[in-house]
Amino acid sequence: MGEAIVVTSGKGGVGKTTTSANLGTALALLGRKVCMVDTDIGLRNLDVVMGLENRIIYDLCDVADGRCRLNQALVKDKRFEELYLLPAAQTKDKNAISPEQVRDIILELKKEFEYVIIDCPAGIEQGFKNAIAGADQAIVVTTPENAAVRDADRIIGLLENSHIESPKLVINRIRQNMVKSGEMLDIDEIIQVLAIDLIGIVPDDEHVIKAANSGEPTVMNPDSRAAIAYRNIARRIVGDTVPLMLLDGKPGMFKRMKKFFGMG
Amino acid sequence: MGTTKQHHVTIKGMKDGLVFLLDDTCEFTALIQDLQYKLEHSHQNILTGPIMHVDVKLGARAISDAEKEEILNILKQKGNLLIRSIESDETEIASVSENDMKIMTGVVRSGQVLHHVGNLLFLGDVNPGGTVNCTGDIYVMGSLRGMAHAGIEGNVDAIIAASYFSPTQLRIADVISRPPDEWEIKESNMEFAYLQEGHMQIDKIQNIARLRKDTHIFKGV
Repeated sequence: MGEAIVVTSGKGGVGKTTTSANLGTALALLGRKVCMVDTDIGLRNLDVVMGLENRIIYDLCDVADGRCRLNQALVKDKRFEELYLLPAAQTKDKNAISPEQVRDIILELKKEFEYVIIDCPAGIEQGFKNAIAGADQAIVVTTPENAAVRDADRIIGLLENSHIESPKLVINRIRQNMVKSGEMLDIDEIIQVLAIDLIGIVPDDEHVIKAANSGEPTVMNPDSRAAIAYRNIARRIVGDTVPLMLLDGKPGMFKRMKKFFGMG
Repeated sequence: MGTTKQHHVTIKGMKDGLVFLLDDTCEFTALIQDLQYKLEHSHQNILTGPIMHVDVKLGARAISDAEKEEILNILKQKGNLLIRSIESDETEIASVSENDMKIMTGVVRSGQVLHHVGNLLFLGDVNPGGTVNCTGDIYVMGSLRGMAHAGIEGNVDAIIAASYFSPTQLRIADVISRPPDEWEIKESNMEFAYLQEGHMQIDKIQNIARLRKDTHIFKGV
C-alpha cells in the first residue's frame, strides 16, 4: 500500500503545483512508482507544468462518474516509465466531485503506486476538502510573506482537525539577500509561528519559471538550486536524512535544521 | 403540622403570577421538604384553580441540574403551575470561580477561536488571526501574536498577560486597543495589559501585584 501526500497552502500562487510536479518527478528520479493527482478542477495546471496537456483523454471527474476506468485516465509521463498523472477536469468546478469519490480513487491508486502526490487547489472550501479526503500526509507550502504564512497557519489548523496528522512544511521562494536585509521573513520566524516540522526550503530560482513554461520540471536540471532543494525534499520523503540546503553560512540556522532531521 | 417548623419557602403573589422565594442558607433536602409541604398542605387553596405563572428565586444557592429537576418535578405535580423561570443570584458562583484557573495547551491558529468561561492559562501560542476569548483573565505561556479579549462579559478588572507579548489587537471588556499606536511593546519581558480609567495600559508582569491587591501576594520572610 502506497502513501498519499497532499500538497496544500491555502493561499494561491505560493507554488503548490510547482512543488507537486517537482516532488513527483524527483520521487520518480529516485526510482519510485509515483502518481500525481490534480484536484484543482476547473483550473487545472499540473498537466501544463508537466508538459502533458496534449496527452489528456479522460480526467478525474470521468473516473468518479464512471465514464472510464481509472487506468484509462492515467497519463504516462514522457520522461519516466513509472510516473503518471491523473488530470483534473477543466470544464467543471469543484462541486462536480465529492470527497468520498476522491478518497475512493486515491485508495485505488495507493494499491498500485508507492507515492500518490495530490495537488490541492487554493482556498479552504470544497476543493480543499476533496484534496485532503484521501491523503495520509500533508505538505504545507508557504513563502516568506506574512499573508502566505497566515494562510498556511489556517490550513495547518484545518489539517490538524482532520484525519491527517502532523503536516510538514516547505518554505518556498526564499531570497536570502532579502531575508538578510530584513525585508523578508526569516525561516526561524516562520517555523516559530507555524510550529510544525520543516521538510525543506526552496530558494527563489528563475529556472523554475523557465521550466514551468517549457513543461519540463525544474528538478530535471541539476544546475538549478531549486532542483537540488526539491530532490532533497523527495529524499526526506522516502526516509533519507539529508541536511538542509545552506542559503548562506549562517551557523545558527544550520544547526537548527540538523536538529530537525535528527542529525544534531 | 409539625413536619416543618421553619419556613424555607416563601410564596408571594404578584399581579402576573407567583414568586417562590427559596431560602439559600438551609439544607437542600429541608428546602425540598418545605416546598412539598407547602404545595400539598398549607397553601393548597391558592394552588388550585386557574393557571399561574411561577418564578422561582434561589437566592445565592447554586444548584446542580439534578436538583433543579427535583424542584421542577415537585412544582409540576400541580397542574396549574407554569414555571416561567428559575433564577439564582450568580454573584456567589462568580466569586467562587475567581481563583479557578483552567489550563489548556495547544496552538490557536489563524481562524480558530478559543472561548473560555473563567480564567485561562494557555500553554502554547496564539497565532496571528487566532482569537482567545475569556470572561476572566488570560495568561498565555507562549507567544501572543493574535487577538485576546479578556472580560468579554464586561469585567474591566480582567487582564491579559503573555510570555511574548505581540498581539495584533487587545480587548478588555469593551475597550479595544492595538499596538503600537496606543502602547509600546517593550519585548523580552513577560508583560500584561490592564485597564486604567478605561484606557489600556501595558506593564511588566512583576508589577502585577500593584494592580491586583487581592491576589495571593508572596512576601517571603
